[in-house]
Amino acid sequence: MTHHHDNQADGISRRHALECMIWAGTGVLWTISAGVPVSLSLLGAAQAAEALATGFTFLQISDSHIGFDKAANPHAIDTLKEAMGKIQALPQKPAFMIHTGDITHLSKAAQFDNAAQIIGGAGFDVHYVPGEHDLIDDGNGQAYLDRYGKGTKGAGWYSFDQNGVHFIGLVNVVNLKAGGLGNLGADQLAWLADDLKAVTASTPIVVFAHIPLWAVYPEWGWGTDDAAQALALLKRFGSVTVLNGHIHQIMQKVEGNVTFHTARSTAFPQPAPGTAASPGPMTVPAGQLRSLLGTSSVTVKQGGQDLAIIDSTLA
Amino acid sequence: MIRFPSRLLVVSPVAFGLAAILTMISMPLNAADQPMVKIENFAFTPAVLTVKQGTAVTFENDDDIPHLAVANDGSFRSKALDTGDTYAFTFNKVGDYAYFCGLHPHMQGRITVAP
Repeated sequence: MTHHHDNQADGISRRHALECMIWAGTGVLWTISAGVPVSLSLLGAAQAAEALATGFTFLQISDSHIGFDKAANPHAIDTLKEAMGKIQALPQKPAFMIHTGDITHLSKAAQFDNAAQIIGGAGFDVHYVPGEHDLIDDGNGQAYLDRYGKGTKGAGWYSFDQNGVHFIGLVNVVNLKAGGLGNLGADQLAWLADDLKAVTASTPIVVFAHIPLWAVYPEWGWGTDDAAQALALLKRFGSVTVLNGHIHQIMQKVEGNVTFHTARSTAFPQPAPGTAASPGPMTVPAGQLRSLLGTSSVTVKQGGQDLAIIDSTLA
Repeated sequence: MIRFPSRLLVVSPVAFGLAAILTMISMPLNAADQPMVKIENFAFTPAVLTVKQGTAVTFENDDDIPHLAVANDGSFRSKALDTGDTYAFTFNKVGDYAYFCGLHPHMQGRITVAP
């Protein structure tokens, strides 16, 4: 059984951990090491360099919320520009990017246009899935599909293959039910079952969707009602990586063959589960936003090798 | 000498709390003609509201995140309400109207319409 943290037997030096935490504010850089997707923040510097030289990398950004201008970050457009600037300045270019939703704040045409200009301006292929903020135009999601729906099914789900990895973009922000959480729905689950039929069990799988596919904190809606059905379909695969956004902070959990990971927002932080009256934008003193975005929730455990997970099942 | 002020500190929040409760009790009386559901901290306040048939209820979003109010039975659905936006719906039929936020469905409320 291969675990992602087998690759860091040498441990993470304090300096390296800090570098990674700073990097975490702009995006999460992923690479494929020995067929298993590994976040570069989990690798020692030497291994990261080797992976970059021999493998391929892709980059996840999330929750850019273009149009957000409230106290938590009056300039969400500027922090997205900064993030893209850092990505463009990487010495080793990622093969492509994924955006795990909430591209815009209010699904307005100008917000989509600004996001496309800033993100697209970097010249990478970008694979999107929508967040709930991207589907609140008058057409209930038509604005998103007009821009990003080409070649997708249903509300915008799809899959593609790159360098031997099978990528699956899922949509869990439509047809939400009273009292419920994120929702994939029967149609999408049927499509997923069919999509996976032709994929061999040894193929690494990367699933990305906006709302976490595990119960991070259901009291704040941070989970997906029918995620278990999707995960059951992924059981036979040796390596499954699930990448989400929505909660504007990094969390990671490993369960059997599945590694779950959430990315930070480029717009504003949200509080850790249960630490505030609501999951709304967290306003920090002026000047601290960027440092908090970069460092707030990533903890390298003393004596352990993996990222600390805030366990959110409160059962 | 030390205990006395510390006891004051304990008592005063209770007094403030009582004042707040009294204010809340008096509010629906003043606002009987224009009942309002505030959306703040990812919650509908009040979560349960009783109005007379034919009353317009206004939903107002005071959060920095958009919300929308959707009846479970589909009888009403607001647009996405940005900060400060309002949506009014007139309840002409007697009954219980459970509703939720279409973006954050764990947010729920109920409006009872009495004859």
